[in-house]
Amino acid sequence: MSDSDGASAASAVALAGAKGGRTAGARVALIGPPNSGKTTLFNRLTGLRQKVANFPGVTVERHTGVALLADGREVPIIDLPGLYGLSPRSEDEQIAYDVLTGRRGDTGKPRAILLVLDSTNLARHLMLAAPILALGIPTLVILNMADDLRNRGGRLDLKALSSELGAPVALVSARQGEGIDQVFEYLAGQMPKPAPVELPILQDVPKCREWAGRVGCEARYRAPAPPKWTRRLDAVFLHPVVGVLVFLAVVVGVFQTIFSVADPAKDGVDWLIHLSSNWVASILPDSLVRSLLLDGVWNGVGSVVVFLPQVLLLFLFIGILEDSGYLARAALIADRTMAKVGLQGKSFIPLLSAYACAVPAIMATRTIENKRDRMATILIAPFMTCSARLPVYTLIIAAFIPNRPVLGSFLGARALAMLALYVLGFLAAVLTARVLKSSILKSGRAPFLLEMPSYRWPTLQSLGLRLLDRSAVFLRRAGTVILLVMVILWVMAHLPLIHGHAPGIDRSLAGTLGRTIEPAIKPLGLNWKVGIGLITSLAARETIVATLGSIYGMDPESNQLGLERALEHDLSFGGALALLVFFAFAMQCISTIAVVRRETGGWKWPVLQFTYMGVLAYVGAFVAFHLIR
Amino acid sequence: MLQLTGNKKLPMATLVDLARGDAGTLEEINLPGEEARRLMELGFLPGMRITAGWSAPGGDPRVFQVDGSEVALRRETARHLRVRLDPPKRSL
Repeated sequence: MSDSDGASAASAVALAGAKGGRTAGARVALIGPPNSGKTTLFNRLTGLRQKVANFPGVTVERHTGVALLADGREVPIIDLPGLYGLSPRSEDEQIAYDVLTGRRGDTGKPRAILLVLDSTNLARHLMLAAPILALGIPTLVILNMADDLRNRGGRLDLKALSSELGAPVALVSARQGEGIDQVFEYLAGQMPKPAPVELPILQDVPKCREWAGRVGCEARYRAPAPPKWTRRLDAVFLHPVVGVLVFLAVVVGVFQTIFSVADPAKDGVDWLIHLSSNWVASILPDSLVRSLLLDGVWNGVGSVVVFLPQVLLLFLFIGILEDSGYLARAALIADRTMAKVGLQGKSFIPLLSAYACAVPAIMATRTIENKRDRMATILIAPFMTCSARLPVYTLIIAAFIPNRPVLGSFLGARALAMLALYVLGFLAAVLTARVLKSSILKSGRAPFLLEMPSYRWPTLQSLGLRLLDRSAVFLRRAGTVILLVMVILWVMAHLPLIHGHAPGIDRSLAGTLGRTIEPAIKPLGLNWKVGIGLITSLAARETIVATLGSIYGMDPESNQLGLERALEHDLSFGGALALLVFFAFAMQCISTIAVVRRETGGWKWPVLQFTYMGVLAYVGAFVAFHLIR
Repeated sequence: MLQLTGNKKLPMATLVDLARGDAGTLEEINLPGEEARRLMELGFLPGMRITAGWSAPGGDPRVFQVDGSEVALRRETARHLRVRLDPPKRSL
């Protein structure tokens, strides 16, 4: 960018960095109330040029990205947590407040603000505009959901609104991409600015609302008709009988699909891995390197990678449920259950995200203001069936449970077994919460407030970005933690050298380790090979799949069978069940332990949690083995 | 009890008393400052019209339509929000 662009670009230089230049810190803050479509707009503006990290010192997620202007300049954008007002209460809101007021040294005061409001509910959302505009930072007021507003017969005078607010206004639909060019124009400094106006300093909410109402009036805002489809769908989804049936059907449907649809995809990935493993075997000479690659990388890491389709399918479902607005209704239906165990509604969202992974779930508990409720939620979150358990469950279920229909073609035996494991984890969480909340973490209840968003079609872009993100996380784990554990395992399986040759797996260092703990796990119906897997799975749960893949591959007795058959050969049915129960309860995840330590500020809670979950896992597995045997 | 609000000859109630489809005008929020403020930010401001909507099975929590949005409240919160019920239709 050169100075020759003239005056129109002069103000733009303030927002955009030099062409291709690295930009330090985020300079434009994206802010808005929850459900205003902030994240959709962020995805629109930054696409794949975004990353998620934590604010230093606290674990509130920080989404940053770069918007690429038409002329090649880059504008760094930071997506702040959603908030209703500028009086910070939870950690999330505090962060948003600190960034906007320049109190966080790591980001600096933003050069500009993109304020996203829902145009279909303008009067109420404008309440946030008063305190934001009062900050004195250049602000573009973005009225989102333009398509909804139009379709439902609402309208407003943008010019009048803009001069009322003393800030430029853009009417956009982030979902459809409509009007997004105006946002880019603003970022490029090409949007005319209205004359600034004196805004009243408003401290209390009723005054803010009064002001917002008046501004809306001046802008000749006509509110749209109530969302017809949302009311119609709620009549079904929140119906006392039908609603519950739909809720159950959704849950069962998700599990059935994870098996029936993902299986062919899994076989495909499996076939690719098999093919590439044969290819590696054919081009490399028989050597230690070849053995490491085949046993460690292909048999080990490969056994985990085949579960990528299943994990992605799960995230696709979570994404659809969340983006469509159904999740809020599910939270409503499930709230009574939460209340019975003494947890508040706010715990529900972190617990739901724990179905993906406990680490972000534990971070999400930052939105819970009550410290004791927050602690209880952190302590039970790892019981929720995270996606790392999915490969373990799928492998064992596929090996031991025949694929018989239970409810016609709607529910198969395998899907039912999987569902049972999810319920088992949920029950453990709920009972633990009940115990905690009636003993060491007793507290008064905080109010449950949950806004019900209108139903919307999920966009392909938002779903696609989620899946891409999850694939990256899954494959990164397979390529780092699991790969490292596999290399260590391979070395331990080839030592001590006997006459310059590796010993059999049972007499190796790894085998000795497995045999050392075998007496402890024999009462659970498990043998030393699974024992090695239990040790390696302390790093991350799905490592046991890689470990077994690697060990059975090295064992001449089972190396031709394939992982499922080898496992079926090696374990009794009771043992398999015990293993499933063990994985449902145990806290085998270094990342979770680390995040709990950081969040609770010490080792006391993570040690307590690890011990409690470990004891429960052992006892549960023991009972399962002896009941079934 | 003769209170100012009692003179209007309209029934006083709380949000809990609203069945689906019933509407009323919010009079006051009997909750500590922080909780009241949160409710107000979501649209529960004195003078606002509130309509009861669908609920979870068993009637708790219930969704309320207020100021253009729909917000679910538990019974334990809703009973602290005092409303003036709309006059019953037959008396009109």
